[in-house]
Amino acid sequence: MVKYKYDIVVIGAGPAGSVAARFAAENGASVLMLERDREPGIPVRCAEGVSHNGIVPFIDIDKRWIASQIDIAKLTSPNNESAFMHNNGVGYVLERRIFDTALCELAAKHGARLITKANALDLIKENDKIIGVKYRYMGKTREVKCDIVIAADGTESRVGRWAGINTTVALRDIDTCVQYTLAGLDIKKDTCEFYFGNEVSPGGYVWIFPKSDSTANVGIGIAGHLSHKKGPKEYLDEFVAKRFPDATITYTMFGGVPTSATLKEIVRDNIMLVGDAARQVNPITGGGIVQGMIAGSIAGKVAAEAVKKGKFDAKFLKKYRKEWDKTLGNTQKVMHSMKEKFLFMTDERFNNLVGFCKKIPSDKFSLKALFTEAVKGDPKLMLDVAKSFIVSKIKLK
Amino acid sequence: MKVISELCDICGTCVAVCPVDAIIVTEFKVKIDNDICTNCMNCLKVCPAKAIEEGE
Repeated sequence: MVKYKYDIVVIGAGPAGSVAARFAAENGASVLMLERDREPGIPVRCAEGVSHNGIVPFIDIDKRWIASQIDIAKLTSPNNESAFMHNNGVGYVLERRIFDTALCELAAKHGARLITKANALDLIKENDKIIGVKYRYMGKTREVKCDIVIAADGTESRVGRWAGINTTVALRDIDTCVQYTLAGLDIKKDTCEFYFGNEVSPGGYVWIFPKSDSTANVGIGIAGHLSHKKGPKEYLDEFVAKRFPDATITYTMFGGVPTSATLKEIVRDNIMLVGDAARQVNPITGGGIVQGMIAGSIAGKVAAEAVKKGKFDAKFLKKYRKEWDKTLGNTQKVMHSMKEKFLFMTDERFNNLVGFCKKIPSDKFSLKALFTEAVKGDPKLMLDVAKSFIVSKIKLK
Repeated sequence: MKVISELCDICGTCVAVCPVDAIIVTEFKVKIDNDICTNCMNCLKVCPAKAIEEGE
């Protein structure tokens, strides 16, 4: 039976939310997850690419939710030159629908509860203090009391706003995306592809993530401030017409990816924000699954500790912020200033970049090797990149 | 601002760029509260499905 009071209520059962729930429950807290949709993981709004190393800390690899294994990345520049990278480690294209459910099952195994079709409506407050969550379930409004709310409600997050946190993302810091799952292709199952350039995808890129040797997630993200006149769907349709003229679309999805730094505020008294809701996404790649899981694990542990100590104020919960910044938040800041440079990159620069990649043997590719080539070939570009480090006052490890 | 429900995919990209929390997303639809909306047009600009237009 669902109780009326939990230590922690997690809103949203995506990777960030379910990992937070699992770690909180594993460390002794009573946890309830509320999921708006009928099932975790649907509708899928994701390119579904992850690295092996990113997910193994959180779940044992299970072929039920792996569509394909990726060993090679192919980058294509505006002038149609391609570079191959072989040694970035193993990656996977997931079946998010199954993956997200598996993460929830893991949370449940550790004692967390989940309600699907439960749409959060508002925070319940008493003298300005958050004491629970009001939600809509099967036509009825219900209330659940808690000491901590973990908001994992994605790009479209409103929970943070209800707590008074400014979660608004600037237009240039959101990528507006469309993705098709295509069938009837003839592609290499082990190679993901990326296409750059202002004609192809202004301020973003086109991706091809194979799910088999005949199907793939083919999508595009373009910078929000550049999408008004010509939207992402028009760009993607042009790309698909050229590259895969005979393909059939089996799935069409739309979505937005925040590409800012982490929000200034991700904790307040009795509340923590995780994942896309906290804008914890790699601003250059747009990848957010692993970032969300890492943030979720930190938040879940800190929340459980808060429950043990009976300390639910922002001062205590800031432990999560500190740990996040040390783990990924600071790096994300650097990536964000680098992304700002990419936003204004000319096609010539993209050509140069891919050219530098091509000079490095594909099995010896590393960021360091790329920097070495780039410093030789385009010092101005490297100066710009170096500036992002200075602006963010941070050193990359 | 107005949501063209026939085009809307309920992805919520609009919510992230709304400066005034005027947009509500449920499992089945997106609604813009025009009493709160300031007509900044952010949502219209980023909507990947081009499902938002001016008007009430």
